[in-house]
Amino acid sequence: MLLSVSDLRTRFELEDGELWPVNGVSFGVASGETLGLVGESGSGKSMVALSILDLVPSPGRVESGEVAFEGLDLLSLTGAAKRRVRGGGIGMVFQDPTVSLNPVYRIGDQIADVARLHRGLGKAAAWRDAVRLLGDLGIQQPEKRARAYPFELSGGMRQRAQIAVAVAGRPKLLIADEPTTALDATVQAEICDLLKHIQGEFGMSILLISHDLAMVTDVADRIMVMYAGRIVEIGHWTAISREPRHPYTKGLIGAIPHLGAGAGRLLDSIRGTAPDLADLPTGCAFHPRCPEADEDCRSAVPPLEDVGDRLCACYRVGPGR
Amino acid sequence: MKDLPILSVRGLHKSFPMGRGWAGRSGRLEAVAGVDLDLQPGEVVGIVGESGSGKTTLGRCVLRLVEPSAGAVTLDGSDFLALRGRRLRRRRRRLGIVFQDPYSSLNPRMQIGQIVAEPLRAAGGMPTGAVSEKVVQLLERVGIEPRFLNRYPHEMSGGQRQRVAIARALATDPDVLVADEPVSALDVSVQAQILNLLLDLKREGRVAMLFISHDLAVVERVADRIAVMYAGRIVETARTDKLISHPLHPYTQALLSAVPSVDPAFRRERVRLRAELGRPGHRVDGCALAGRCPVVQDVCRNEAPPLDEVRSGHRVACHLAEDQAD
Repeated sequence: MLLSVSDLRTRFELEDGELWPVNGVSFGVASGETLGLVGESGSGKSMVALSILDLVPSPGRVESGEVAFEGLDLLSLTGAAKRRVRGGGIGMVFQDPTVSLNPVYRIGDQIADVARLHRGLGKAAAWRDAVRLLGDLGIQQPEKRARAYPFELSGGMRQRAQIAVAVAGRPKLLIADEPTTALDATVQAEICDLLKHIQGEFGMSILLISHDLAMVTDVADRIMVMYAGRIVEIGHWTAISREPRHPYTKGLIGAIPHLGAGAGRLLDSIRGTAPDLADLPTGCAFHPRCPEADEDCRSAVPPLEDVGDRLCACYRVGPGR
Repeated sequence: MKDLPILSVRGLHKSFPMGRGWAGRSGRLEAVAGVDLDLQPGEVVGIVGESGSGKTTLGRCVLRLVEPSAGAVTLDGSDFLALRGRRLRRRRRRLGIVFQDPYSSLNPRMQIGQIVAEPLRAAGGMPTGAVSEKVVQLLERVGIEPRFLNRYPHEMSGGQRQRVAIARALATDPDVLVADEPVSALDVSVQAQILNLLLDLKREGRVAMLFISHDLAVVERVADRIAVMYAGRIVETARTDKLISHPLHPYTQALLSAVPSVDPAFRRERVRLRAELGRPGHRVDGCALAGRCPVVQDVCRNEAPPLDEVRSGHRVACHLAEDQAD
């Protein structure tokens, strides 16, 4: 495994209590693989990414667990070693490129800086590399665009530029958190194609985080579903999308309207709403919304277990059932 | 014989002044550039488009939340744009609106009961007891129990708030509901609940809807008919099943093919548009999509295609649509 996360726990201490947006999360990302991480708002999915990079904002902190990346223990790194991993070993793409790109630097300089810092390229070589990269990421007239400032680009081009900054250090792993959420549908589809393309071209692994299961299904090899700080199901994308087994995953897929499925049909909605992380139900956090819950589910948290073709955290799903 | 439309829009234009921009440009941005639209009583029409297509401005012009620059809006047979003052306010009760964000559209200092009662109070002529009774009925209709009457918006979830916003929009028994991205801010599991509520309202048949959304899969569920907008114009409109199964405009085809699906059986071959170089909304001769269209011809750059009926009830604004329809 390129990245291996075990029993990661991140805690936020608030005035009137505490909450655990990441509450015992374990998974691995293999070399060249795209792992999709899906969850609704408040599920803790973004906090997983921030915990891996040790970027959890105050008053939160990683309490325990291990994050191993190419044999390095990321949580114990400090100073220069940590900076080498961020942007060098692991690149990061966020939802909103207007926030993560620096508005007063040219796009090309922002890309070239990363190549100089992490790959030791000289100034001219780094600039040429930036222009080539922009062209490779589907930006027309890359020489001209490299000299542009972020505000001069459309939303789709800005997202491509942000991806260029993230991959300029040739990271082994790209973490992309909601990279298409702010974009129009046609541009979203182009960015999905782009993620697949750069993965093939650079042989990168991708951890793709999104609320949009349909988009993730299109890009990811394996899919991991999070609910209230815990992973409830992980498996190959076909297993998750065609035969979901955890009641939450089933509910989520039933709730998504498929284009072409016909007008007027009611969706299978999940009753209730996602729980408040500061006030979780006992046992399985999904049990108050679950159509299959019984006494066991209320009393203890179901472990994430191997059920044959996937891992699933549900008492109603087991190898023997 | 068709009913008389409850809402009819003809030649609607709305332009906004653009300040002197960074490139020294100035002039007017045509957000809505000549839209015709009919809504039958109880019908749901989906308005689909990407950001900047003018779909939100169209909805606001219909409500006169922004004043159209030109064109006509007829509500239940009478001219809606000619009204002023009290008569406008009275007439506007026949229209309701639901906004995207239920966090900013509800007054945080008002209780749920007050929020839903406010349109009734403003309308006047209803004794207090009757107002309270009606509020309970309205909340029941959207799936909110009476025990929430004295709660404040911050005590409720996003889905519950959107139900309250829908109850408020229905308070004056409007003929037309304008719902602008009503489920876009909600999580998937909650989005399904609100869509199902809107489907229930549709089945009741008491209110027609303009359902504005960027999400075609969502619109397909609720709309009887879909109108696709690009750069301020309707480029294609047809019955929902026809538009989804046989899109004729290249833009509609691209939009449909870009929708990802959990089920690979629903995936379509991708129709790609070229990268946008100009900005939409700028006056161009010819078709607004010409610069991005994968099948563009010379005629497209010189002559704007009219929205022609190529099959019964299926209108397309594309010079090449006739060939495709055969």
